[in-house]
Amino acid sequence: MKLAFCLAILTALTGAAHSTGIPQAERRSGYSFMTPDTRAMQDEDTANPGMLWVLDGEALWKRKAGTADKACADCHNDARVSMKGVAAHYPAFEQALGRPVDLEQRINLCRTNHQRAAPLAYESRELLALTAYVAEQSRGMPIETDKDPELSPFIDKGQRLFTQRQGQLNLGCANCHDDNWDKKLAGSPITQGQPTGYPLYRLEWQSLGSLQRRLRACITGIRAQAYDYGSPELVELELYLMTRAHGLKIETPAVRP
Amino acid sequence: MPSALINVPAKARRGDVIEIKTLMSHIMETGYRHTASGAVVPRDIITNFTCRYNGTEIFRADFYPAISANPFITFFTTATESGKFEFEWTGDKGFSETASAAITVE
Repeated sequence: MKLAFCLAILTALTGAAHSTGIPQAERRSGYSFMTPDTRAMQDEDTANPGMLWVLDGEALWKRKAGTADKACADCHNDARVSMKGVAAHYPAFEQALGRPVDLEQRINLCRTNHQRAAPLAYESRELLALTAYVAEQSRGMPIETDKDPELSPFIDKGQRLFTQRQGQLNLGCANCHDDNWDKKLAGSPITQGQPTGYPLYRLEWQSLGSLQRRLRACITGIRAQAYDYGSPELVELELYLMTRAHGLKIETPAVRP
Repeated sequence: MPSALINVPAKARRGDVIEIKTLMSHIMETGYRHTASGAVVPRDIITNFTCRYNGTEIFRADFYPAISANPFITFFTTATESGKFEFEWTGDKGFSETASAAITVE
């Protein structure tokens, strides 16, 4: 009886240790869970369909837009220089709004404030293309959340959302992606949920998609009400996920099954 | 904004078997799906792909609704002479795109 009690405490303790994240040495990109065929697709730029969006993004970068008649390139010049490493530090704190914004929101802020153009819709070809083009400039660079102390309450909020059980299945993100990532669900590997390659090409979607789209799909999967695109909750989750993925390399545009 | 990604070796020896890889941006809407209000989403697919090597057709494919978005086609040919590969995709709603790649055969 005593032994059983001790074991129960021990299990509870190890469970608690798990939910605070995955140790640095064990962090693995979703890439390492894929079949060799899908990996080959991501590895070769002429076989990776995500590169189609990157090409579009490169064209959009130079195209003038809005009443200010300015292109991204008019302020930021060559993205290969100015945008290098940027995606590895996002979401970042936006002083004017008093909260973190992700890369898509930053692009739209730039559009409305500086180009004086209408913001692009979430998951539109244009926004995905620009985001992919900007993020691709950080390919191979380690993820490192901004040191900004203003971010820390939002990281905490994101972590709470990540561990909070919700929906009809009463599951939190951590129940799969922290506690059971080395197992399988319906024959497919449960990955660690590391956001290394967004926006990425999912074969299931037959399209590029953002991290918010992926999060919403997962939330629907646990039969909970998904947060709206651009909602603070999704950005906080994104922020926590990037903190949790510290040190992993950006793969944008990644390919996933 | 349709665009293509082409992978043809820049150089080959005469008689080498070379692999050609092409990726075309296209939604490949099957025509079998419906919107939330029940209206059919009209079919919009690539129907034909051809590759010409210095003017001679060396590969042709007909496409159908079961082919996924952004079709990736790879095939092999024998490098016979220096010159140009020309690719052409045609499809619904007047879709027509071309691309080309050069090869040097020694």
